[in-house]
Amino acid sequence: MHSLLDTLMVLLVFTNLRILGLSRINASIRTVAAQGVLLGLVALVANADHLTGRILLIAVAGIALKGIVFPVLLFRALRAVKIRREVEPFVGYIPSVLAGVAAFLVSLWVAARLPLPGRPPSDLIVPAALSTLFVGLLVIVSRKKALSQTLGYLVFENGVYAFGVGVAYEAPALVEMGILLDVFVAVFVMGIIVFHIAREFDSIDTTRLATLKE
Amino acid sequence: MLTTLILLPAAAAVLCFFIRQAPLRRALLVSAAACHAGLTLSFWFRPPDDAWRGALRLDAIGQPFLSILSGLFLVAAVYAVGYLRRESPGPREDFLEGFRFTNAPEAVFTGCLLFFLSTMTLVMLSENMGLLWIAVEATTLSSAPLIYFHRHHRSLEATWKYLLICSVGIGLALLGNFFLAVAASSSHGASTPLSIHLLCERAPELNAPWLKAAFIFLLVGYGTKMGLAPLHTWLPDAHSEAPSVVSALLSGALLNCAFVGILRIFQICAAAGLAPYAQGFFILFGLASIALAAAFLLAQRDYKRLLAYSSVEHMGILALGLGIGGTAAFGAMLHAVNHSFTKAMLFLLAGNILAAYRTKSVHEVRGVLRRIPVTGALWLAGLFAITGSPPFGTFVSELLILRGALEHGRFLLAALYLALLSVIFVGMAATMARMAHGEAPPAPAGAPDALEAKLSIGPPLALGLAVLLLGVYLPPSVDAVLRRAAEALGAG
Amino acid sequence: MNPATLLPAALSVLLAPLFLGVINRTKAVFAGRAGRPLLQTYIDLAKLARKGAVYSRTTTWVFRLAPITALAAGLVALLLLPLGGFPAPISFPGDFVLLILVLGTSRFLTVIGALDTGSSFEGMGASREASVSALAEPVLFLCLAVAARESGQSTLSGIVGGLTGADWQRAGPALVLLATSLLAILLAENSRIPVDDPNTHLELTMIHEVMVLDHGGPDLALILSGAALKLWILAALLVGLILPGRSGSPWLDSLLFSAGMLVLGVVIGIVESTIARLRLNRVPQFLVGAGAFAVMALALIMR
Repeated sequence: MHSLLDTLMVLLVFTNLRILGLSRINASIRTVAAQGVLLGLVALVANADHLTGRILLIAVAGIALKGIVFPVLLFRALRAVKIRREVEPFVGYIPSVLAGVAAFLVSLWVAARLPLPGRPPSDLIVPAALSTLFVGLLVIVSRKKALSQTLGYLVFENGVYAFGVGVAYEAPALVEMGILLDVFVAVFVMGIIVFHIAREFDSIDTTRLATLKE
Repeated sequence: MLTTLILLPAAAAVLCFFIRQAPLRRALLVSAAACHAGLTLSFWFRPPDDAWRGALRLDAIGQPFLSILSGLFLVAAVYAVGYLRRESPGPREDFLEGFRFTNAPEAVFTGCLLFFLSTMTLVMLSENMGLLWIAVEATTLSSAPLIYFHRHHRSLEATWKYLLICSVGIGLALLGNFFLAVAASSSHGASTPLSIHLLCERAPELNAPWLKAAFIFLLVGYGTKMGLAPLHTWLPDAHSEAPSVVSALLSGALLNCAFVGILRIFQICAAAGLAPYAQGFFILFGLASIALAAAFLLAQRDYKRLLAYSSVEHMGILALGLGIGGTAAFGAMLHAVNHSFTKAMLFLLAGNILAAYRTKSVHEVRGVLRRIPVTGALWLAGLFAITGSPPFGTFVSELLILRGALEHGRFLLAALYLALLSVIFVGMAATMARMAHGEAPPAPAGAPDALEAKLSIGPPLALGLAVLLLGVYLPPSVDAVLRRAAEALGAG
Repeated sequence: MNPATLLPAALSVLLAPLFLGVINRTKAVFAGRAGRPLLQTYIDLAKLARKGAVYSRTTTWVFRLAPITALAAGLVALLLLPLGGFPAPISFPGDFVLLILVLGTSRFLTVIGALDTGSSFEGMGASREASVSALAEPVLFLCLAVAARESGQSTLSGIVGGLTGADWQRAGPALVLLATSLLAILLAENSRIPVDDPNTHLELTMIHEVMVLDHGGPDLALILSGAALKLWILAALLVGLILPGRSGSPWLDSLLFSAGMLVLGVVIGIVESTIARLRLNRVPQFLVGAGAFAVMALALIMR
């Protein structure tokens, strides 16, 4: 199972790089959905030795919410605002991909200094989770469309969730349910806000949200 | 008892969505707030039992903050009734840009206010880090509609920033909680649940690198919600665009909730012997917040943003006090009380000024003392209170923090602290005093006649008197509660 | 040097056009056409060899020299490559650096031959080719470095034979990343889709084809065989790295190698049929993505 989990982690990093390099928003949403499914699989594979009903539920809920429900909501929002592509972000696509690779390297370094106690299922969980987190933050900070920022937030939460299911298998279920609830309501509320922004500004270009300064 | 404290406002919130008549809704708001305050007061005399199998507990740290929250909310609820009567439904014209907009339905506003109270109470009472986290997230989500009360593009921008930045902060805090779980899992093979008192008991066995990492992420995560620089960027926008009563609650209660989250992880770290490590970060963030607030305060043109940056400054003072420890930690606890009441009072007064002058610009507001005398007098008093002048309570608390710094031999720190506070005093005094004095410009067309409705004066007056009282005489019971809180932190 | 060691290289020269034929046949099958015969490239080469050449008055000896020298560089590169189970005729520590140098030389000669014509089309093609290779060459270097690190060898023969099944078990994901990166480089360096369309007749969209627009007759035959050889070299490198280890018997290895080349040809054909050609300003992104994979593979192997 060692190398299967490693493969899933590398796929996770690959999806991050793909999101960083894409300008088509619907393709980005699909990639985030794929990430959600990947993470559900990670939940199953990482805890394969001590698979309980609770873990199964978390994995299925993760796949359902992150892989299906959130993308559907986001596609609905996309149709409502009628955009197809992201405009050139503050950090260009090539520098973004390079930054994503750099984030992965930094995460490897950080993970080397934070050894997991006990026998972790894979050495790559902490680096992959941390790098997903950084990539999410990068997307939030560098994209101009509010919908892309929401996607960035989802990627960020995926990073936290990846760490949770991969490592903190002994953490109380409260926390894992909490994160799913958190993302659900946040995305739901954000979706509503995106509608409002679109209505107010006739676009979801957040560079227009620049009146409040200093 | 504790469950009632949380469920009562929540149930009232749900009811609010179904009640059609506005006066009935407002009465529900005030009565729910009064019941909440009454219950909280009773806890001073008879400590309540744990609830939810120990997940809810009123301990030494929770007590003062819960009391602040409860009292503040009651006062704010009374003010809110007056505010809602003023904000009659229907489209209105924006002061700044002249376009027309509407407000959110009043039922949504009232209901969200009560949910806000409920979730903040949950934060204060949580004994489990996971539950605490859920509660803090819930406060973000229940306060977002409150900020977006005036439905126009500026408040939309403020709400978007608030939601995004605070959600990122909460996500980082969740990762911190995961790190904490990893730190706790190394002992005995079985994991320690994220219960605060259990973690404190088993603190020496926690895995130190993971605990340190957990501390950092929790500090950054909850620090975003608390308004520590450089994570404070949502604060000025949210405070200036939200209705004044909401700003009062944000500054007076919500920032404290985030502070409680940070206090909890500090408790655990101190029990594990990592207090010096943590305190270094507190001093760093504290000084950065005060310095940044000082810089932005000086050129501020919007008086609500001015107050918001002042909140950033005071959160920095709280962090600084915690970072110094000892007497300064007690000072920080006292300061939390004083700051909450003072800032809330100032925001409510700002609401009155906004209603009377219909402008947020500090240059256009003049002669508050003449036009609305009581508000003006309280505004000046508030200026002295917020900058830490005697005889107000903030003077005592800031002095205690200074004394703590000197006792620990941190002379450079004390000097910096004093210098920055002086800069802030000059900046705020210049602005706020100029607003109070001078000739009042003619009343803009359509300004309401009954400017000094009792509902908009009573609450700020009550808060101001409380801060004055705390400065002149600290009741022994209050002193004891705050001391217990400082001791529970185990700071050196 | 034992002449028998040159046998695999000689066979490669003969088989390279067939490789092109396999790719084209796969594309035809995907498109539902009957397509060209498998041996079409040989027929083309023979036809071109019989023709006469016409040289523009604006060209110099550089233009005349370019095709033959480019092919010669390709042949030298072939001598460095281990094929099937047989080690390379020329092998020394660090020879993979020389391989990249020689491939680069071959490209350089083609580019200056194009610039020599003074035509704007060739100039445009030359500049595009240069910019693509500026990004692709470092990535190729990185890929070979990753393989060298993983197998612990420094000669190409050692690297290709050194990646055993155990390596795949241990560092599977990293090697998959390596293979993907190398495939992307292969497509870029040989002007296949998604970087360049070999079947287009619109000069403004070409990269490689437009560079060789002015060559005709035997020169074009030399260019064509040079291109086929370069494709074979990179493909052989990829197949050699993917196929785990040596099984002992060189004939079994050769059989596996040939099967691997066949599969790779089909894969390239499938990739060409299913992906659309990238817009020209997206090509750097594609190459940077390949580079990112290689860097990640390196990071994964080195930790």
